[in-house]
Amino acid sequence: MSITYLEAIREAQARALADDPRVFIYGQDVGAFGGAFKATKNLAHEFPGRVIDAPISEDAMVGAAIGAAIEGMRPIIEMQFADFSTPGFNQIVNHAATLYWRTQVPCPITIRLPSGGTSGSGPFHSQSMETLYAHYPGLIVMTPATVEDAYSMLLEAVAIDDPVIFCEHKYLYYHLKADKLPTEAMPVGKARIARAGRDMTIVAYSAMVHEALAVAEELAAEGTEVEVVDLRSVKPLDTDTVMASVARTGRLLCVGESWPWGGVTAEVVARVATEGFGLLDAPPARLNAKDTPVPYHPNLWSAHRPTARSIAAAARNVLRS
Amino acid sequence: MLLARTLDDKFASLYRAGKIHGGVFLGRGQEALSVSVGLALRKGDVFAPLIRDQAGRLAFGETPLDAARTYLGSPLGPMRGRDGNVHRGRPREGYLPMISHLGAMIAVVNGTLMARRFKGVSGIVGAACIGEGATSTGAFHEAVNQAAVEKLPLVLVIANNHYAYSTPSARQFACESLVDRADGYGVAGHVVDGTDLSACLKVIGSAVKRAREGHGPQMIVAPLLRLCGHGEHDDASYIDPKLKASHVGRDCLKVAEQHLIAQGWADKIAIESWRSEAALQVDEAVATVQREPAPDPYKENWCSLASKHLVETHLEIP
Repeated sequence: MSITYLEAIREAQARALADDPRVFIYGQDVGAFGGAFKATKNLAHEFPGRVIDAPISEDAMVGAAIGAAIEGMRPIIEMQFADFSTPGFNQIVNHAATLYWRTQVPCPITIRLPSGGTSGSGPFHSQSMETLYAHYPGLIVMTPATVEDAYSMLLEAVAIDDPVIFCEHKYLYYHLKADKLPTEAMPVGKARIARAGRDMTIVAYSAMVHEALAVAEELAAEGTEVEVVDLRSVKPLDTDTVMASVARTGRLLCVGESWPWGGVTAEVVARVATEGFGLLDAPPARLNAKDTPVPYHPNLWSAHRPTARSIAAAARNVLRS
Repeated sequence: MLLARTLDDKFASLYRAGKIHGGVFLGRGQEALSVSVGLALRKGDVFAPLIRDQAGRLAFGETPLDAARTYLGSPLGPMRGRDGNVHRGRPREGYLPMISHLGAMIAVVNGTLMARRFKGVSGIVGAACIGEGATSTGAFHEAVNQAAVEKLPLVLVIANNHYAYSTPSARQFACESLVDRADGYGVAGHVVDGTDLSACLKVIGSAVKRAREGHGPQMIVAPLLRLCGHGEHDDASYIDPKLKASHVGRDCLKVAEQHLIAQGWADKIAIESWRSEAALQVDEAVATVQREPAPDPYKENWCSLASKHLVETHLEIP
């Protein structure tokens, strides 16, 4: 038996609904249809009245989730695509994120963002939004890279008393499989050493972890041992694990699928440069997508985002310097 | 109404004396509508007021002390100096503190009502109050439609005071009356003279009753005039003198007082004594808060998460 990243997300929601009567799911097409990606398949049938179709109203979806959370519920909001969370942006960053600070009343909502690029999806179905949400105080931003994390981190997201932006990568939905669901999990807030190595550190998250692992495999054949750090959550960002890795390797490349201006990779490099400058044997580097909207055609798309090929080239630069 | 007007006037004078940080926003001219909403609600209902709802807030149960503590930034108030002026509430008591994007509050009220339904609680209502300006937001459209689809016991009160800050209604919407929109959403619509307390009590009361009985969302549009600036920093010089002289320009508090006297329910002496009582109550609250300490940045925990174990620490140069 094997389970995909997408099925793990479905199973986590099923378990959350079964374990906690305060949980409900609200989003477009999530009911009888089971969601655009089938992440809520059969859940409306298994949990009558608790998996609810929403109108195309992201602001009102998130607003209602905030109201329900004030009343003690634990809503899960499915955005059909991460890109469509922008009409709900105001409620997320100005309302959900500020509620606890302003009132001491927690706002336990989970907002699932089907994120990142897949071939042929174009500018409005491919975005990675973690940078935007991580910028705001009061939000947790998770970016699971494995089937196990997709499952356990989503359960933890629902249990956490704060609003969580859950960035699940669409490219991993079907591509990534595990033998079974995990029974134990690392806590949110801790990064994972996805592969140990002594020559350089590649910090990545979400789908880029797998590209980085492919690079590590390739460079291992040439005798270079790359350590791959999977951030798991970008907020909080586990600086300690990153710093410890850089202390071992002396070299850093940080890779993200989102755009190059600012963002997670800039944050990681800035932290290492300011707090661990003396650990570095070479200038730290970062690699992101190109600074254009995400293109439609596969030829353009695969050149727009970082891939094992471009990451390997960037890694070799860091190793040479 | 009288207590709200007195409290508002006190905040205005504190503002002019430089004692209040940020803005002061009054409900002058809107108290009849506002108090009718607060009075129609019960404990267990949900109330999301707008910035001119001091009267409704008091009627719903807010104390003058909570209001004064928020305006003066006292750490003992519900917002503890972290948020101020009209941004106050007690969410656990169904009294929601607005964000400035007021149209966004409607969907939040919807969510509280959906939660009640999940819990099997019925017979409650949620009131969201906005001005005509907020009807132009996308959030308004999404939320009214959402309430209609979910058949929620939402009471949406639109105070049409003819100006959103300085923008007149003609630049805000083009339909004849905002209540015409109710049909489009499939919700009940009502119009009431916002300067007439008796009419407001009756129309708001019956709309709240209808929502409570399960007849779905109720939209109420109340024409009136704001008898002050948008905030106390604003001299309201843009308000058309013809409007001021018209029916909507009546001071609802004076209209109510005249009505009480005409009906023989109170005389001038009684009203004067109510005025003194209100002034005393307000002075006491403000004096209490003025003796309280200001928030201390060294005692502030600077923590925006309930999950303390997930808080990030950043290097700070002392």
